[in-house]
Amino acid sequence: MSDVVEKTLTALPSLFDSQTGAAKISNRLKQLIKSITELTSKHDEESLIKQELSAMKEQVSAPSTSMKQMREIMVRSMYCEMLGYDASFSYIHAIKLAQQGGVMEKRVGYLAVSLFLSEGHELLLLLVNTVLKDLQSTNLIEACMALTVVAQVFPKDMIPAVLPLVEDKLSHPKEIIRRKAVLALYKFYLIAPNQVQHIHAKFRKALCDKDPGVMTSSLHIYLQLIQESPDAYKDLTGSFVTILKQVVGGKLPLDFNYHSVPAPWLQIQLLRILSLLGRDDQSTSELMYEVLDESLRRAEMNHNITYAILFECVKAVYTIHPKAELLEKAARCIGNFVLSPKINLKYLGLKALTYVVQHDAKLALQHQMTIIECLDHSDFTIKRETLELLFRITNAQNVSVIVEKMLDFLRSCSDEHTIIHLAGKVAELAEKFAPDNSWFIQTMNDVFSIGGDLLQQDISNNFLRLLAEGSESKEEDDQLRLYAVDSYLTLLNGDASHLPQRFIQVMSWVVGEYSHLQECVDQSEVIRLLMKLLEQKSVSSETRVWILSALTKISDGQTDLILELAESISSSQDTILRQQAHELRHLSLDSKLHEWVLPRGAAWDDMEVDSSLSFLDGFVSEALAAGAAPYKPPHQRQEELCEQRALNLEPYSFSLPVSLSSCSITDRHSPTLLSVSSGLSGNSTELSQKAGASTLILEGVKRVWGKDGYLPQKETAVTASPVDEPSAAVQPVGQQEAAERLEPQPEPSTQTNDKQQLASSLFVGLSTQSSTSLLGKSEAPPPRFRKKPRPHGSSLSSSSSSGTSEKSSSSRTSHNTTDSFLYGSLLEEEPAGFDHTPKSITANGLGQNKDVKEDRRTNTSQILGSDMVIVRPNTIQHNPSTSSDLTTLLPADLKDLPHSDVISLTSDPSLSVSSCRVFRDEALLLVIFISNSTETDIRDVAVQLNCDQLETVSLRGNIVDCLEGRSVSVCHYALLMDDPHTNVSFTGSVSYQIQPGHTNTLSFSGTLSTADFIRPLVVTTDEYGKLWLSLSHDVKQNLKLLTDAGDPLQTTLNALKDTLQLHIVDIIGSEGIVACRLLSGAPCLLHCRVNGSALAMWLRSPLPALPDCILYHCQRALAQH
Amino acid sequence: MQFMLLFSRQGKLRLQKWYVPLCDKEKKKITRELVQTVLARKPKMCSFLEWRDLKIVYKRYASLYFCCAIEDQDNELITLEIIHRYVELLDKYFGSVCELDIIFNFEKAYFILDEFLLGGEAQETSKKNVLKAIEQADLLQENLDFQIRLLPGVLSASVSSESSGLFQS
Repeated sequence: MSDVVEKTLTALPSLFDSQTGAAKISNRLKQLIKSITELTSKHDEESLIKQELSAMKEQVSAPSTSMKQMREIMVRSMYCEMLGYDASFSYIHAIKLAQQGGVMEKRVGYLAVSLFLSEGHELLLLLVNTVLKDLQSTNLIEACMALTVVAQVFPKDMIPAVLPLVEDKLSHPKEIIRRKAVLALYKFYLIAPNQVQHIHAKFRKALCDKDPGVMTSSLHIYLQLIQESPDAYKDLTGSFVTILKQVVGGKLPLDFNYHSVPAPWLQIQLLRILSLLGRDDQSTSELMYEVLDESLRRAEMNHNITYAILFECVKAVYTIHPKAELLEKAARCIGNFVLSPKINLKYLGLKALTYVVQHDAKLALQHQMTIIECLDHSDFTIKRETLELLFRITNAQNVSVIVEKMLDFLRSCSDEHTIIHLAGKVAELAEKFAPDNSWFIQTMNDVFSIGGDLLQQDISNNFLRLLAEGSESKEEDDQLRLYAVDSYLTLLNGDASHLPQRFIQVMSWVVGEYSHLQECVDQSEVIRLLMKLLEQKSVSSETRVWILSALTKISDGQTDLILELAESISSSQDTILRQQAHELRHLSLDSKLHEWVLPRGAAWDDMEVDSSLSFLDGFVSEALAAGAAPYKPPHQRQEELCEQRALNLEPYSFSLPVSLSSCSITDRHSPTLLSVSSGLSGNSTELSQKAGASTLILEGVKRVWGKDGYLPQKETAVTASPVDEPSAAVQPVGQQEAAERLEPQPEPSTQTNDKQQLASSLFVGLSTQSSTSLLGKSEAPPPRFRKKPRPHGSSLSSSSSSGTSEKSSSSRTSHNTTDSFLYGSLLEEEPAGFDHTPKSITANGLGQNKDVKEDRRTNTSQILGSDMVIVRPNTIQHNPSTSSDLTTLLPADLKDLPHSDVISLTSDPSLSVSSCRVFRDEALLLVIFISNSTETDIRDVAVQLNCDQLETVSLRGNIVDCLEGRSVSVCHYALLMDDPHTNVSFTGSVSYQIQPGHTNTLSFSGTLSTADFIRPLVVTTDEYGKLWLSLSHDVKQNLKLLTDAGDPLQTTLNALKDTLQLHIVDIIGSEGIVACRLLSGAPCLLHCRVNGSALAMWLRSPLPALPDCILYHCQRALAQH
Repeated sequence: MQFMLLFSRQGKLRLQKWYVPLCDKEKKKITRELVQTVLARKPKMCSFLEWRDLKIVYKRYASLYFCCAIEDQDNELITLEIIHRYVELLDKYFGSVCELDIIFNFEKAYFILDEFLLGGEAQETSKKNVLKAIEQADLLQENLDFQIRLLPGVLSASVSSESSGLFQS
């Protein structure tokens, strides 16, 4: 080792110069590698490499180091980086080497750059000039190297600089250059789709290239494009089919064969493209049946590569519009996979089955014995895939066996991701199919104790919500709750030190809320148990807050114990705990107050929140009279902050909420306590919101919620439990069928007997279900715990609450599980200035209140918005034959606004759903029309709309409790786009009941584009000028100039104005300025100049992504013109 | 494909190619975890592995593990064949390639990989074309310190040594 070090240190450039050739130079790497292998300890290696690195560092900065030596050093530093050491000093030299070296040095330099620098590294900017130079080089190798590096790492912002050169390469005589250019464009498309928008025609040229390699490369782009919008490329189906036919028919040069299979990579790529094109499209699918059949037939050889093709074929067959004959062949193929002794093929067989059982559950039945074997397989991967398959075929009859298997697997599993994933699935199944209360609670106990604190928060939230919301029958709910309480008390009586925090939180909430249901347990005993928990060291402070809240709820009448407890905690380090202890003492001393604040067993009962905080008015006016500063809303404060930038007030604004978290108090909002704590500030609503702590779940709006607060109340009592009926009917048949299938098995040994028993319990119910059509998913049996329909619950609420601190989640306690945030953001427009809405309106019996509501709506839309969403929408007698006259149904206040045509989203025999976009100034209104196509009434129609990238600010009429025959209901969502996205897709579903107890769901989806959210920004030329200078993010691009009629600039701008809602501020000579904004938010200014035959467009905006999006739509608008 | 790793039975990294931008720390963490997981698997187990939200496809050739990360919708078997084709290319280029060839000429192994896979996608699947491209670039290099042996290598039976061929019957 010392030898090497010495040599390295003394290595003088002259040493290398005197030695000839690369052979000697590469010896340095060899020496390094050899000396590393000789070392025994990690520590030795570390010190050796450190020395090596510092020697290299010295050498690279020495002016006498030749390019050749530099190349050698670069190789060594790549090696050191691979070993995990930092050689970042050499990054800049890698770029230099690529820039200045000869061809060989360049090659190493480029390689080093592609290994060292990942996308977005600032040094990459220095590479741009070198790449430009090499792209123009006549030396083929240099051009190749430049393209190779461009296709791997290239700064997004500099793409326009190289784009024309890369485009030119598409018509280069050498296929290797064309191929690399195509892949470079693919890379550009991935990182900045807008930039290559205009060269789609060239992609087509690449697809038609005479060289199969270039054509294959272009398929990467097409796969991506088609994934995003299959409809735009349906016309290419014929071409893809022809290409695949030729490949399968062996028309390609033999070079492309791989183990005598013609171009397998190409085949697979084409199959994937075809399956995307043929999905849900019968006529397109018909074009490909023949070639798929051919592919299935040709791929007979027993080699991995043919199986790869077969697998893709099977997937395609099951994705496109079904054809019985092909499905049969594909099913046989899957059989071959599943039964194969080769483990890789078996795995793929299971994967294919998992994919296919959604369409055809019978197939799983055919392979039940293999599946059972795989369940006990020694390979983790196989087991897990089998469980995935079982998850898909779970029904009410086999749920307990399958869940048991999954839990067994979970117990032996140590991989975090797997646990999170599978535990979530178990919880889902338990909720959907639980046969009885005890099983459900027991299973959830297992989920919580195995999954522990890894579990997603929404699992425990959903569970608690389910307990709290309950179903129709109070008796059943109480039984479930009682069972939970019993089970938890037993657990807590044992050793609770090993229980995960999440589980303790769930338990303490349930015990706090429902332990009074259990009459034979003394409350003081419960308190003792909870206090024991509090004393445990392993319990986190968040959990302590949960426990304390539970104690607060059951403290009534146990003053002595509680006072003692409150005393001991009031000296805690944790301010929140202290706060809670304080409240606890306060409440336990005043049982009346306690009764009022925390009424027993009323977690879900109606609750009123006076969000206008009118009870504080007196306090505020007193404070103002005493000289306090008047309240300013946050945006105003923000502005003032900006004005006086010199003073940084941020730390103060952060410190305030801490003291404010004290308004959290207990979960039931108590005006009295509130007023105590709000003494801290002038107005607590705004501040608590700003703090993000959401301590009070006020969200600025008055609302009333309750057990059925946001739901239409069932008007008829449900006669029988929906679960028991079907399961009772189905079970015997299912078992019988399963038994019949098992009969032909020869001489079962005891072991196989066991397996068969398992099989019959696993696959029960499948056969009956599978009698439904191949495509139509078999209708799921009604879940035991029917969640009430609610507008897009968990994801929204979790996203809105995810930002809140631990503090907030803990202090919310009992409302952790409510959708309160959700509703805060879903409420209609402005917060109502009105205060009390009579409770009865939202509570129950919507029926008698309908009229009241209707009246109210006509008077003020505000009230409508504020009282929890049950709005009875306009139900108009109407024959929903054509969608065009649906626009006449737009509410009067929307009719005059600009709106799009009505497009049909989806339909089934009973309902059809169409949508229309109404462009309001401050939001996009997505109006959804639900037409009843039958003569009968449809009940409980609920619309859910999901779109992660958009914000729903209000909705109206998404729940209709009765849609009469041939009538149309209108519901609308006001959507905001905060972050610009070129296109945003939304999904949604309409659930409804034709017969009571049978909920049908109809899902729909669609896309919205930025263009829908763009509004003209009316400014003067002066204002434009000022604004322009203040904006930072800019994008420049040349666009097509429309020259067909009149003044080209005017024509082009008008064309843009027609498609996008832009405001043309001014046109001066060959320049035009245009302004728009994203709803009422960020502006985007466009500066257009005629430049020869192109329109040079320069966009600026405060939002980085906005110019890109607008540019994209401008390009499209002009291309379509 | 998201990334490709080559590592030895001892867990030493021999080659790494990342097709998704990740920070160094994350790369190291992934490498460490994956090497551990893959090395712990028994020879008869299947070559696929669900890992985080990715699918890992790996194969062992003599003392070297070739390991690729793909997304869920990608085809596992074809990825296995990508690995195999890469080994074939290395074998043809070095002539009966062994781990030592890759250690000492790792930059060559990278060059070959870049001709075969570009940006995570198969670029050229014709063996002849890949090698032609590499040779053309190599020809420019004076003083080659190794011979390009184009004859297919003799298969070696010994597994344990680093100098045994990657291909075994």
